[in-house]
Amino acid sequence: MRKETGSLTKYILKRFLQAIPLIFGIIVVNFCLIHLAPGDPIISLVGEFQVSVEYIEDVKRQYGLDEPLPAQLLIYILNILKGDFGYSFSFKQPVISVILDRVPATLLLMVVTTIFSSLFGVIFGVLSSEKQYSKTDNFITFISLIGYSLPVFWLGQILLIVFGLKLPLFPTQGMQSLRESLTGIAYWLDLFHHLVLPGFALGLSYLAVNTRFTRASMIEVMGQDYIRTARAKGLSERRVIYKHALRNALLPFVTLTGLNFGFLLAGAVLTETVFAWPGLGRLMYDSIYTRDYPLLMGMFVFISAMVIIANLITDIFYSILDPRIRIG
Amino acid sequence: MRDLWKKYRRNRAAVFGLFVIVLFILFALLAPFLAPSDPLSTGKDSFHKPDSSYLMGTDDLGRDIFSGVLWGARTSIMVGLLAALTATVIGVIIGALSGYYGGVTDDILMRITEFFLVIPRFFLVLVIVALFGSSIWNVIIVIGILSWPVTARLVRVEYLSIKEKEFVEGARAIGASDFRIILSHILPNATPPIIVSGSLQIARAILLEAGLSFLGLGDPNQISWGVMLYNAQRFLRYAWWTATFPGIAIFLVVMGFNLIGDGLNDALNPKQKGKELQ
Repeated sequence: MRKETGSLTKYILKRFLQAIPLIFGIIVVNFCLIHLAPGDPIISLVGEFQVSVEYIEDVKRQYGLDEPLPAQLLIYILNILKGDFGYSFSFKQPVISVILDRVPATLLLMVVTTIFSSLFGVIFGVLSSEKQYSKTDNFITFISLIGYSLPVFWLGQILLIVFGLKLPLFPTQGMQSLRESLTGIAYWLDLFHHLVLPGFALGLSYLAVNTRFTRASMIEVMGQDYIRTARAKGLSERRVIYKHALRNALLPFVTLTGLNFGFLLAGAVLTETVFAWPGLGRLMYDSIYTRDYPLLMGMFVFISAMVIIANLITDIFYSILDPRIRIG
Repeated sequence: MRDLWKKYRRNRAAVFGLFVIVLFILFALLAPFLAPSDPLSTGKDSFHKPDSSYLMGTDDLGRDIFSGVLWGARTSIMVGLLAALTATVIGVIIGALSGYYGGVTDDILMRITEFFLVIPRFFLVLVIVALFGSSIWNVIIVIGILSWPVTARLVRVEYLSIKEKEFVEGARAIGASDFRIILSHILPNATPPIIVSGSLQIARAILLEAGLSFLGLGDPNQISWGVMLYNAQRFLRYAWWTATFPGIAIFLVVMGFNLIGDGLNDALNPKQKGKELQ
């Protein structure tokens, strides 16, 4: 038992060490973009705003723009490690605090969507794999193919038109009703009410991905020897599927959820734009519109770091579920 | 080739996908003849509902949406094909070198590949296009040069297994150069998965371009379905048709290429049937 926890700690440490160069890599990519972009790097560091000469001098000093490039890179990395992502001129606030304000809303949307799409994805995937090429299977495969090909933002627009405007069942904008200030349960119900349409728009394509994945994974697992053994022991088909097959089929699912995090975040950005959900997506849209480049680039570094951390967490989680992985 | 078509034909959904894509390619080619009007020319008839005079209605500036949908096929299909082609060429080169030479070459190339797989592609494309300008060529190049890692990994695996085969040993024994072995002995045997992933790359590139345009990073000089949806966003309340038809077009084309990818996958490697080829 002690040896087991020892190998886990070692594995976690190893994965942490692997994540660090990735984060540095992303900061370096960002630095290169600032200097490669057409025009003066100052544009990328300030944004396209009418600002005073003193302000530009300030930014130049802060990033050491008169120093040689390697020194600038070092200053840039140190700034970011200190949590200084620059200053957003359109919000008149440091970039990092603008971003942190918006993270909870996006995470809420993503977490709810992940739960919804994983749960139903597994259910549909298992149903589909149970009777391969049956009517149910063909129907589920067909629907997931549609879900897989729908642009999330367009699905959002259509849901908004149909269930928000034509049949006004759900609110179409924002995260809570502005007219009344709700507390307690009423607050959460209102929040959930606002979450239905964006959550569904974002979730459908991941539901489709998860369904396809579970189906393929189940079909593969069901052909394995230990399933044949379980059947030979005379276990009921239900027991074979849920006790033996599903557990093993779901292992790679953990990794998929981690890998999907980046795509889900991209989808969230688009969905938020449709529903004026006050998260990172809306912020990204605004920063493109106002040409607030420091904010946009800060968001890129922040989001990339989030994706790397999400992958790290899933890997660790996976290694807890399946100790074999730690050896490799 | 005939054999391939015979197998492909068995998958009815894949045949439907091919039909949809052929149809949209025709729209793209014949847009100047099919479109009732210039999709950029504004008119007095703004927010006209879809009827016999405007098949899909008009937008806020009185532009004909049906014409926009036809012309938009050009942009989408061009972006999809060229970006996927760029990604596939880069991916094949990197994957082939990595798988064939192994060792340090493989280590270095795979580290780079993993790095690009971890970076959230959508956001990197978005930042680059925002900084470097959103011309259609920029969009194509950026999507292309950031989408190769999936292909590279796939090609590497193929090269790893094929290079151990006897005919490669044979070629080496009679003195064929590495370049020749990589290009004319192994590559033809590795094409099936490359073609499949290529068609899925097209679908993803089209979705990505639409997403960028929807966030306001579309090429203002091109008629693009994503840009049409970006414009429609402000008028969802008044004119449902401005969003509906361009979106259906994106959906159909993306689905078409996905179906073709699935169909080719089944036809080219029946063993892998039902397996996800990401």
